Amino acid sequence: MMRVVLKVARAQARDTLRSRSIIVYALFFLLLTEGLLRFAGTSSQALLNIATATLLVVPLVTLMLTTIAVYNAREFIELLLAQPIRRSALFAGVYLGLMTPLAASFAAGVVLPIAFHRSEQSAIALVVVAIGVALTMIFSGIGLCVALTTDDRLRGLGAALGIWLLTAIAYDGIVLAIVAMFSDYPIERPLLGLTFANPIDLARVLILLRLDVAALMGYTGAVFQRFFGGIAGSALAAGALVLWIATPFGLGARRFNRKDF
Amino acid sequence: MIELRELKKQFGSNEVLRGVDLRVRRGRITGIVGPNGAGKTTLIKTLLGLCHASSGEIRIDGQRVGDDEQYRARIGYMPQIARFPENLTASELFTMLRDLRGEAGSLDGELLDRLGLADQLDKPLRVLSGGTRQKVNACMALLFDPDLLILDEPTAGLDPLSSAVLKDRILALRARDVTVIVASHIMSELEELCDDVVFLLDGVTRFSGPVAQLTSMTRQANLERAIAALMIREVA
Repeated sequence: MMRVVLKVARAQARDTLRSRSIIVYALFFLLLTEGLLRFAGTSSQALLNIATATLLVVPLVTLMLTTIAVYNAREFIELLLAQPIRRSALFAGVYLGLMTPLAASFAAGVVLPIAFHRSEQSAIALVVVAIGVALTMIFSGIGLCVALTTDDRLRGLGAALGIWLLTAIAYDGIVLAIVAMFSDYPIERPLLGLTFANPIDLARVLILLRLDVAALMGYTGAVFQRFFGGIAGSALAAGALVLWIATPFGLGARRFNRKDF
Repeated sequence: MIELRELKKQFGSNEVLRGVDLRVRRGRITGIVGPNGAGKTTLIKTLLGLCHASSGEIRIDGQRVGDDEQYRARIGYMPQIARFPENLTASELFTMLRDLRGEAGSLDGELLDRLGLADQLDKPLRVLSGGTRQKVNACMALLFDPDLLILDEPTAGLDPLSSAVLKDRILALRARDVTVIVASHIMSELEELCDDVVFLLDGVTRFSGPVAQLTSMTRQANLERAIAALMIREVA
């Protein structure tokens, strides 16, 4: 089975890597990182801006490109399904073949300028890259789920965009509204729970705490720092990210196995 | 021999196949005809495992087709729409299929030459015309020397010469005892190729048997008129 997964992944990745959009994606992060490292003043400020761009752009591009790629590959997937291979192996191969080039393009775009400038904060930069790769893995799975759930391309792309708007933009507003509504209560712990419920928020907190800006977040920042700074908190955060990667992948695989093509 | 018994397929509330009973004989070319929405493509996709049957069974040479995907190793499939990863070349596509199956497969050099495909193999598929991609599609279906060949509108988009080459190859395969199933809207093409015909209407088999039997039964001169007569009779 693994052989089939890798063969499908290799063919899919080869096709993805030759597409113009993946090259533009890598160049975007390359130019952004290079520009910020040159002009943003301190490397800490530059990293904060790179992290912000990562949290917004990686989920959006990953969702859009994977959703479009699955719709474009529909007939090809049908052709592969007519071969004597397992559906689960084909799904894993398509997922890896789409996700790996996206993660590699993002990582190359950020890592190359950082390596060139020999930033003193390279350890934190690595955390940003690792979080970006994790977000790529999560949102590739979500993109696949969306494209496999609806056959209508427009509706699928709309749903993908909606998921991005909800997780990257609206979620913070909802959390803020909850904080405002329950400002008289100790809501730091429920806030921790809400952070786990959105992978972008979880990623943001993990990056911010490494960037030493938690102090600016007052008491809440201190609670978060205490929680995520400890071994148990870090392990829980890492576990939550793994769960966020595994859940859309598992749901997508289940959908793929049952789908009528 | 392929046997379909009481095969049903429902998409939500839409019942596309409503109990198809069918026997496809080995070494013969069987055409599947019917108006749009009759269930031809769904029937083919269910046979290939691309769609899950709601009920009923499919047997190939007595073996019930289930979750084991290995039965597809004997099948060559040419889908209606030839869309492949656009940045790959035809050569890479053939190599990938060989790798996936773990079989050497054999590209039919003569077919490649006659279809004028030999010098197109290393070009990205996005720059190939629809007709050329359809030729790639045909070569892929024949790559692993199948016992059963399933063709969905095989000559759609092909020029007359390539269409004739492909039909010659299909007839040559029949001579080698390969079973062929063809779904097409082109009645003259089916008449030229097929020994048997299956007429589907509203997801049910309305006729299944030799082409000559259908024309004599309906007292029509050719397949197209025989099918038209059958449709008029069924609608009335």
